[in-house]
Amino acid sequence: MTKRSTSPFAPGQIAVHVALAAGAIFMLLPFWLMIRAALTPEAEIFSGNMLTLGTVTLDNFRRVFAEVPILRYYFNGIFVVVAIFIGQVIVCVPAAYALARLHFSGRELSLWIVLGALMIPYQVTAIPVYVILAQFGLIDTRSALILPFVANAFGVFLLRQFFLAIPGSVFEAARLDGAGAFHTLFSVVLPMARPALVTFGIFSFVSHWNDYFWPSFVLRSDAAATVPFGIVRFLDAELGSDYGPQMAAATLSVLPLLVGFLLAQRQFINGIAMSAGQVE
Amino acid sequence: MMPDGKTTAPPARRSAPEVTLAGLGKTYRGAARPTFTDLSLTCPAGRITVIVGPSGCGKTTLLRCVCGLEDTSAGTIRFGERDVTKVDAERRGVAMVFQNYALYPDKTVAGNIGFPLRMARMPKPDIERRVAAAARLVRIEDYLGRRPSELSGGQRQRVGIARAIVRGPDVLMMDEPLSNLDTKLRAEMRAELGALQRQIGATTIYVTHDQTEALTLADHLVVMRGGVIEQQGSPEDVFLAPRNTFVADFMGRMNLIEGKTADGRLTTGDGAEARLDGYPAGREVVLGFRPEEVALGPAAEGGLTVSAPIERRELLGTEVLVTLRLGERLLRVRVPVGTPLDGTITVSVPPRHLHFFGADGGRIDFAAEALPRRQVSSR
Repeated sequence: MTKRSTSPFAPGQIAVHVALAAGAIFMLLPFWLMIRAALTPEAEIFSGNMLTLGTVTLDNFRRVFAEVPILRYYFNGIFVVVAIFIGQVIVCVPAAYALARLHFSGRELSLWIVLGALMIPYQVTAIPVYVILAQFGLIDTRSALILPFVANAFGVFLLRQFFLAIPGSVFEAARLDGAGAFHTLFSVVLPMARPALVTFGIFSFVSHWNDYFWPSFVLRSDAAATVPFGIVRFLDAELGSDYGPQMAAATLSVLPLLVGFLLAQRQFINGIAMSAGQVE
Repeated sequence: MMPDGKTTAPPARRSAPEVTLAGLGKTYRGAARPTFTDLSLTCPAGRITVIVGPSGCGKTTLLRCVCGLEDTSAGTIRFGERDVTKVDAERRGVAMVFQNYALYPDKTVAGNIGFPLRMARMPKPDIERRVAAAARLVRIEDYLGRRPSELSGGQRQRVGIARAIVRGPDVLMMDEPLSNLDTKLRAEMRAELGALQRQIGATTIYVTHDQTEALTLADHLVVMRGGVIEQQGSPEDVFLAPRNTFVADFMGRMNLIEGKTADGRLTTGDGAEARLDGYPAGREVVLGFRPEEVALGPAAEGGLTVSAPIERRELLGTEVLVTLRLGERLLRVRVPVGTPLDGTITVSVPPRHLHFFGADGGRIDFAAEALPRRQVSSR
């Protein structure tokens, strides 16, 4: 925070900070309750002060690791999320580049189709997609979790907007420097698009890591289960109303996102601001 | 594209081709009118051809057609004997310097300059040598590790120039390369660019709207308006004998007076009059002269004499730019500081500095019309 001429004790400032603090408590309290329950012995969860830690124990985590194949869920989750993102980059970057920079008949129409796809929630197409996956015998595999999300209208649109903001002369310079479409894309455009890719990557990672609907729709067993689906399945079957292990499992499912965010914080903010790759 | 890809010396010229445009036409898709039609032009080998004109005259489109960024609708483009009309931009081997630099923001200066060589798959040590040589040539060698965002405008354009010359291109395009720089830097870079071009000897096509750049840099000067070449030739010829009123006005801002010659006089449509000795009477003409080419006092032997009230004065330094009112027309003349400037002033223009144009705007050469004692200036 830089110092402004307004006093920090001005009534307006105080009101703003009270509102922000209330919002922060509202958003952080559930996390606190989750972590507290995860670290508290089963018997003490509903006794004592909810806002302070009593006896700290890792027993709940031990139970989760012992009874739930959580490492498999982690592996599946990471595999699925990474595969989806790689697929999305392979599909969306060239598509966005074509829509932003190449001239071909049907470009306008293609753009409208992308925009249209953007407006359709994927639950609407869930059944047809399920039928297709079933025809290919992919139900209850990791492919069923990956393939439907590889072509992503949001990604195409976001990247297209970013490519449009790059001055045309940069593309022309690359052409005159002897770079074909492929080299222009990979040697010039992709490095510039890093902030946009990071932003998109975060959206993609978070939504697919947390997704519960789609795995519950196409998976039968927990062989290909991702973390949320696997945990919920297991909780239902084994842990019933044991809140300690439940909260420990929930903590474990958000942990990778938290770590990821802390590592990529700067990139993330740059990506939201989307200014890092711009030419003046 | 890279006939001598193995050479390590800074690009030293050998074989720059003549660039010939024949019957070139360009109509943008969906445009009502062509940008230009049937345009023919020869750019001398190894020299700078400057295309100058007001914005929207088609000069940048012409440049983009020559380097292949735009398709042409008609005509041919040749580099020497080679017909490149249908050759794709990336294979035409043309290098370009852009007005907005068009650097790759995420690459270092060295990465920017070396990019064309990397695309040509030159071995790494050769790339490094040539990048260093090109950077030295434009005096940017101390900044090779920086990114474009850490450089000033002038430094960025130096990088842009180095990237263009690093391959040793035979044909070099410059699209208003100095327009984004401030005045002082522009004058410096202009001089450097001229010297640099002579050093590398590439056939250069330089587009600008700035008449000073055009006159100082051009070996061959082309003045365009509305998709038409109004005049081309050496900068001296164009400046000293503009072919029509447009060129006269655009290159050197001539004063233009429409009127009719009578015996010893020029009368304008609005009733004003000036003395004009030694020209045939009864002709509708546009008379032109430059603000710098007037003398104080009436003409001694022939020429134009104007006596008119002073409308405005602007101090330029050692000279004063005075605006006179002749009828409804404003004329600009430059006189030395210290000239008494109150009320009315009398100035004259000697015959060698007078230019005559017909009612259609085309140049009239009275000397060629059997008036042997008149020498219309053409040095």
